[in-house]
Amino acid sequence: MGLDIRWPIGIMFTLISVLLIIQGAITGPSDKALGININLWWGIVLLVFGVLMLFGAARAGKEPPKQR
Amino acid sequence: MQPIHLAWVDYAILLAYTGFVIGIGFALRRYLKTSSDYLTSGRSIPAWVTGLAFMAANLGALELVGMAASGAKYGIATAHFYWVGAIPAMIFLAVFMMPFYYGSKARSVPEYLNMRFDYRTRCLNSISFAVMTVFASGISMDALAKLLNLLLGWDYNFGLLITSAVVLVYVLKGGLTSAIYTEVLQFFMIVLGFAPVVWLGLKDIGGWDILKSRLAVVAQNPAALSLNDKTFAPDAWSSAWTPVLAGPAHNPMGVDWFAIVFGLGFVLSFGYWCTNFLVVQRAMAAKNMTAARRTPLIAAVPKMLFPVLVILPGMLAVALATMPAKLYRLPPVAIADTAFAPAMADIKSATPDTADAAFDKISKDVGLKLDQAKVTAIIKANSLSPLPDKELKVELQDAVTENYYNGVILSLVKRYCPAGLMGLALTALLASFMSGMAGNVTAFNTIWTYDLYQAYIAPKKSDRHYFIVGQATTVVGIGLSICCAYFAGHYSNAMDIIQLVFGFVNAPLFATFLLGMFWARATGTGAFLGLLGGTATSALFHALTIATGDMPGIKGAYLWSLSGHAVPAGFQFPSAMAQNFWLASFAFIACFVLTVVISLATKRTKSDAELKGLVYSLTPRLKDDDQHFLLRPAVLGTILLVACLILNIIFW
Repeated sequence: MGLDIRWPIGIMFTLISVLLIIQGAITGPSDKALGININLWWGIVLLVFGVLMLFGAARAGKEPPKQR
Repeated sequence: MQPIHLAWVDYAILLAYTGFVIGIGFALRRYLKTSSDYLTSGRSIPAWVTGLAFMAANLGALELVGMAASGAKYGIATAHFYWVGAIPAMIFLAVFMMPFYYGSKARSVPEYLNMRFDYRTRCLNSISFAVMTVFASGISMDALAKLLNLLLGWDYNFGLLITSAVVLVYVLKGGLTSAIYTEVLQFFMIVLGFAPVVWLGLKDIGGWDILKSRLAVVAQNPAALSLNDKTFAPDAWSSAWTPVLAGPAHNPMGVDWFAIVFGLGFVLSFGYWCTNFLVVQRAMAAKNMTAARRTPLIAAVPKMLFPVLVILPGMLAVALATMPAKLYRLPPVAIADTAFAPAMADIKSATPDTADAAFDKISKDVGLKLDQAKVTAIIKANSLSPLPDKELKVELQDAVTENYYNGVILSLVKRYCPAGLMGLALTALLASFMSGMAGNVTAFNTIWTYDLYQAYIAPKKSDRHYFIVGQATTVVGIGLSICCAYFAGHYSNAMDIIQLVFGFVNAPLFATFLLGMFWARATGTGAFLGLLGGTATSALFHALTIATGDMPGIKGAYLWSLSGHAVPAGFQFPSAMAQNFWLASFAFIACFVLTVVISLATKRTKSDAELKGLVYSLTPRLKDDDQHFLLRPAVLGTILLVACLILNIIFW
């Protein structure tokens, strides 16, 4: 199929990670989450994941299509 | 449970996810040209994608919620569903069965049955499967709408219709490919959404060793949490095998090792993972034979580790509930709205002197087990100075001692997630329900269009015709699921009976496939009658046996009560789970023996040449020599099996 699934996965998680990081930066550590700023930290984890997916998709896009 | 108020960031995450799954449907639309593109993905998808979809399609239907519930009720023994059940079956599918499914060019599992046997088994299998998928997605949609109602205060109808509308749009636009692609998205969503909750839970308790010592407290007095009436050895919740080997009386599941290994591991799991079109369809959509065989193997890797995400939360919850300082309790069963009025009237009319009599009356009003000390305290407080109704309701709800196990995972999400992470975790939950629904709908599409419509109703039409029928079936399938959801919501007893009947049909199925694939002498008549006989055996087994403590009736043993007898001790099992595992074992053996005997007594209708590519002994071996040694299915399968064995030993 013509669509590399890594693009939507990468874009979506990058977007969500930005939302979480902003939320974490505004609200700071949470008592619920044992005093950890879980939004910020987990946002960073998601950002890394999202960017890795985008990186993979971009690299695959540059290569000539593999033979079947 | 009080409804959770979502912040803007939570809604933003939910919307982002919904937007992306719908967007994927639209993006794929332009690649769909033929009915096979729509219904079988034109066999074009890479293995890692089908592999994750293979796993995610099964993740839906209450798996996330149900496994955490079992983790609380039975502890780590729940992992047998993964480490004894799923993994070996998935490896068997990849190494031995996939070559026939994929190599035969069948477009569905029933179509394979038609090639191997005849139209009778195909018809039986496709009809029962089509009905089952519709009911399965209906049940899970009903559960989802109830959950959204309980959790977010959304209207039941609104929750039901909006989630089905989302699934309808992306499946209608992008077909099976869209379902598979979004399942991959859902897989990552579920993992990344729940991992922080589990991590926070474990950190809150103080790590694995403390968890283990708390679980020992649970095991020695499970009645304190209303988990179980018996007491067990300290490791009953934290060891997978020792309590099972000690016998049915020594583990909370009430099962013995044979029921686990043969009933669960061999019959039920192989039956599900190797023959259920819902999952097998994902592997059949792979781009070539190598990718098709790798699909279940790739799926096996996350599947093996999933107990951390789905079972551990349940164990964390029961452990937390034993730590008073943590102020956590297992969520109680909600009192029905209609039961509050009479119960509160009884509280108000009672005085501390009549508290004992009032307690019995109130328990009857509510229809649930209550904590007598708490109810007495409410009565006392109310007679001193009358409490407002709202407060009474909260107090009364708190006095319920019966656990609402399906709420365990959500109680943890609620406990640990601040706004932001909450949106992520809820989206993950929604994703798991949607992936289950989409999986069922796409499987239903293919079965209806190819195995029923094309085969029996309107053969030899143009491809365009089947393409349109496939799309129309999506709409009809979702419509039927919605009807089933309402049906499930209103007649839960009827739903139990329907699920029971599917259990009867599915239990013997693996015997038919095993003999079909590995014994050329098996005939169409043998397979068909064997399958019917196996189903009849499971129905009879159910009619004669029961779990100790259950009322004869829908739970089984109704033949004894109808004829006015008590159920003999030999027909009673320590638990419903043990009864189910043994039922499957008997059905399998009956189907196996009947198929063999009838096949030997009937003539073969298919020649060796016709069975080439369908039966093991008549098919040339696949050569895996061109693949790297470590990537060959047999080698990869062996490595995974060893890894699975190691997990079993670590948590022995």
